[in-house]
Amino acid sequence: MSLRYAGIRLSLVADVVQVMRAEDPVRRLFSPDGTLTDDARGSLGLDRDALRDFYRKMVVIRRADAEALNLQRQGQLGLWGQFLGQEAVHVGATLALRQSDWIFPSYREFGMAMCRGVDPAEMLTLFRGLTHGAWDPRRYHFAPLAIPVATQIPHAVGFAMGCRFKKTDEAVLVTFGDGATSEGDWHEAMNFAGVFKAPVVFLCQNNYWAISVPLSRQTAGSIAERAQGYGFPGIRIDGNDILSVYAATRAAAERARHGGGPYLIEAVTYRMGAHTSSDDPTRYRLASEVEAWSQKDPVARYRTWLSAQGLLDEAFDRGVREEAERIASEMRDKLAQAVMPPAGEAVYGHVYQHPSAQFLREREEFEASLDQS
Amino acid sequence: MEATMAKAINIGLRDALLADPETLIFGEDVGALGGVFRITDGLQKEFGEERVFDTPLAESAIIGIAVGLALRGFRPVPEIQFDGFIYPAFEQIVSHVAKYRNRSGIALPITIRVPFGGNIGAIEHHSESPEAYFAHTAGLKVVAPSTPGDAYGLLREAIADDDPVVFFEPKARYYLKDEVDQSLRVPIGKACVRREGTGVTVIGYGPTVLTALHAAEAASKDGDSLEVIDLRSLSPLDIDTVMASVVKTHRAIVVHEAPVFCGFGAEVAARISHDAFDLLEAPVQRVGGLNVPYPPSRFEKLFLPDVDRILEAVDLVTTYG
Repeated sequence: MSLRYAGIRLSLVADVVQVMRAEDPVRRLFSPDGTLTDDARGSLGLDRDALRDFYRKMVVIRRADAEALNLQRQGQLGLWGQFLGQEAVHVGATLALRQSDWIFPSYREFGMAMCRGVDPAEMLTLFRGLTHGAWDPRRYHFAPLAIPVATQIPHAVGFAMGCRFKKTDEAVLVTFGDGATSEGDWHEAMNFAGVFKAPVVFLCQNNYWAISVPLSRQTAGSIAERAQGYGFPGIRIDGNDILSVYAATRAAAERARHGGGPYLIEAVTYRMGAHTSSDDPTRYRLASEVEAWSQKDPVARYRTWLSAQGLLDEAFDRGVREEAERIASEMRDKLAQAVMPPAGEAVYGHVYQHPSAQFLREREEFEASLDQS
Repeated sequence: MEATMAKAINIGLRDALLADPETLIFGEDVGALGGVFRITDGLQKEFGEERVFDTPLAESAIIGIAVGLALRGFRPVPEIQFDGFIYPAFEQIVSHVAKYRNRSGIALPITIRVPFGGNIGAIEHHSESPEAYFAHTAGLKVVAPSTPGDAYGLLREAIADDDPVVFFEPKARYYLKDEVDQSLRVPIGKACVRREGTGVTVIGYGPTVLTALHAAEAASKDGDSLEVIDLRSLSPLDIDTVMASVVKTHRAIVVHEAPVFCGFGAEVAARISHDAFDLLEAPVQRVGGLNVPYPPSRFEKLFLPDVDRILEAVDLVTTYG
């Protein structure tokens, strides 16, 4: 089966996500109880190991996320922004791309970074206040965190335009939250992407909350539908369904790399934790809402399905959990050993490629003042 | 050859496009039209729509895509159409263009061209001097040429520089003609002495250098000898060239079109006062725009520093005490 949208023929992979219509519910492959609503595995091309790896990665990043929150509570990190509940988006979207496709994250994509191979302990040095950028973006094709909301989105579009100018088959993925869709940069970037047919996938992690402001105060309309106004398709999918995220991202990325232009995916998920470790969500949302979403937990749901398929047994699950414990423990130990870089280098060393004589004099004075103290 | 500053910048852009295939020019109306000031005239025709292209009308995204294109290996030269239209891009410039290397180790070789300054009888938002906002931001380099030759030489340096540069073009001087030597480059961070003198140092950049030269000419008839310094580069600031002059004259005046309050002249005055406190015969004077929004054009002559206001400052520093 295949479908057409705006005259563009989508690949088989796209069948499982479909293009959203106004009356469509959130697209999903699983129901919340872990039963498959539409057997799309054939077109996803995922074998047993790949399906099990999805589970393994979700468990590993969830455990690391919890450990990072512990570290913040123990004073080892200045701040932590949990992504609890959004693991399916992090793993599904990242694994749907080629390693050479760049990802432009916002600030909650620790799980995506881990899936890209970034050392979690190194990444945490950023939240420990040792650096503004803990990894080389060129090595992992993973851009620096963008803390001002939505500002990374035009970067991704520019990068994708560059891929097009260079006639490569790269796709670019940029991810952001529902709050970002209120920012001008999102609209400007969506518009540029449409005009220049940039090979970019816009992945909105609609987690319903921008700190304390709910989706209903963010927009009166549909996020996914807005793509049509910029000249490309948008779909709304169940972001707690890893196969759905994987399928949609892969379809959108393949379409982009073959000249189909941009695509917007609104992955509906939920921020189970606080905005950051400095936030108190009990002031603005009901426990019953959180409880309702916990019934749609992406990891538990996928586990149920894997088990029903005979792809997960106790031994495998235990192995995965032990691995997650080991990775979290190693992360913790390595972070404790992270050394402060020399102050002169940390403060002055990365500002300019070609610093002026005056700038270097000021650095020398700064370093000399440290020697005296 | 002799050329206007507008033509010199046009030739500079063309030479940069020829020199490096990764150089891209984009912005509002820079393609078929050649820009509202015709600075990019003929470039799209010669280099094609993938290297010289019009964008949608959105300044934040114009600078935002420049960041992405630079990450992808290009050398973007975006144009902001007018000084007063740069503000939507302020966040991209300050939070990303200026700081990207600091957080990632990746230098962004972006040159942001901005026509700036007044004296052209324009409607609101077309005559502003926002340079201090950017000079205040570490991570950027900020330059403003005053002659066609410097415009060419500085532009080539700015585009070749691996660090981001905000390139302010004094639009009131676009049609000033002078000699342009395409073999000459002007290093960023190097001021020059435009006119030698012994009595008072007058420091300007961009549009006010010519005003200062006119003031020096007028002053010479009254027997005052002004030395005119063209900063050319605001960040980094070549304080050594300024100080070499002040050591000689013991008097200094700094002139710009931007309002005096928290203007770039405050930095220059503070640096001179710090480094030459014992030498100064008078407090450093700042001559600049009034501390008001840029006025309707019929009143701009009253707002802008002119020869008379510079000469008043000369009187003040030569008769002080």
